[in-house]
Amino acid sequence: MTQFRYTGTAQALHWLAALLIFCGFGLGLFMTGLEITPDKLRYYGWHKWLGITVFLLAAIRLAWRAGHPAPPLPAIMPAWQIRASRAAHAMLYVLMLAIPLSGWIYSSATGVSVVYLGLVPLPDLVPKDRETAKTLLLLHLSLNSLLAAVVTIHIAAALRHHFVDGDDVLARMLPGR
Amino acid sequence: MRLFGPFIPSLAMLLLASSGVGAQTVLIDKSEIRFISRQMGVNIEGRFRKWKANVDFRPKDLRKSKAEFEIDLSSIDLASEETETEVMRPRWFDTARFPVATFHSTAMKDLGGDRYEIAGKLTVKGRVLDEKIPIEVKRDAAGNSVATGEFTIKRLAFDVGNGQWADPTVVADEVVVRVRMVLPRAG
Repeated sequence: MTQFRYTGTAQALHWLAALLIFCGFGLGLFMTGLEITPDKLRYYGWHKWLGITVFLLAAIRLAWRAGHPAPPLPAIMPAWQIRASRAAHAMLYVLMLAIPLSGWIYSSATGVSVVYLGLVPLPDLVPKDRETAKTLLLLHLSLNSLLAAVVTIHIAAALRHHFVDGDDVLARMLPGR
Repeated sequence: MRLFGPFIPSLAMLLLASSGVGAQTVLIDKSEIRFISRQMGVNIEGRFRKWKANVDFRPKDLRKSKAEFEIDLSSIDLASEETETEVMRPRWFDTARFPVATFHSTAMKDLGGDRYEIAGKLTVKGRVLDEKIPIEVKRDAAGNSVATGEFTIKRLAFDVGNGQWADPTVVADEVVVRVRMVLPRAG
């Protein structure tokens, strides 16, 4: 019998990533408008740590998924929905990797190294340059807008599957008996 | 190349410039004054875009040698315009009252092996402190003398970053200053 739910590991990684993405995204929105204070610097530090963690989780999830394929989708799902679902998930993975990376490169371009959890210094990916930094910030913000859109669709689709279509799609990602 | 607004030299620099017998012209474009500050354990690199130097370096006659610098603090290059604006405020450099930082050498010592120690007075935000800058002098391919030095200053001793910014766990007290001065080959 094929397992209809994701493995416990895959579920834990999914929900942890979801939580961290929400925190990182919210903190990012909140911190940028603040007056510069020591607290603001702390928030930037935490935001970067959250981002790097999301990046690591995405890499771990891809590795896990390679050995543990996703459970099947309902047989009655229309082909366009399956295609849309694949595209959306591919995009989520790309963004989970690309957004932290764009933030890290942006930080390098501003001349501020990233030190993960205040312990692990990450290499500077580009030399400090004001114009590069501006472009990278714009990229980081654009990718985040895209993420917000895809996550909205992701959540809306999951809720629709559960409450409208009445299928197992959302339940696959929830702990079972 | 960036364009800079007019920079008003201080009276001291004018006097120095007019009395600069034997003074060498520092090749400003090849030279730099950079610094590394630590913010919550993270190195932040910065530099000053505008500064002046009046250097008369005579390895064989250190008594007659001198090194004078005047740094336009508002020319600071930091991580962002926001942080640059912040450090001009009274809590930090207070550039409205103290637009420049200066260094005047008082003595030079030969440490052997093309290394020297320049002792002098560093003035920042109206506070004057003795600093010692170890330098190493080498020649580049064009025959210019290239002096590089690194020294650490304590920002709190100059009252730079007070109040909520005084906490050294947020912004470290120590700031590493890296100087690279290129002097043209002697005529």
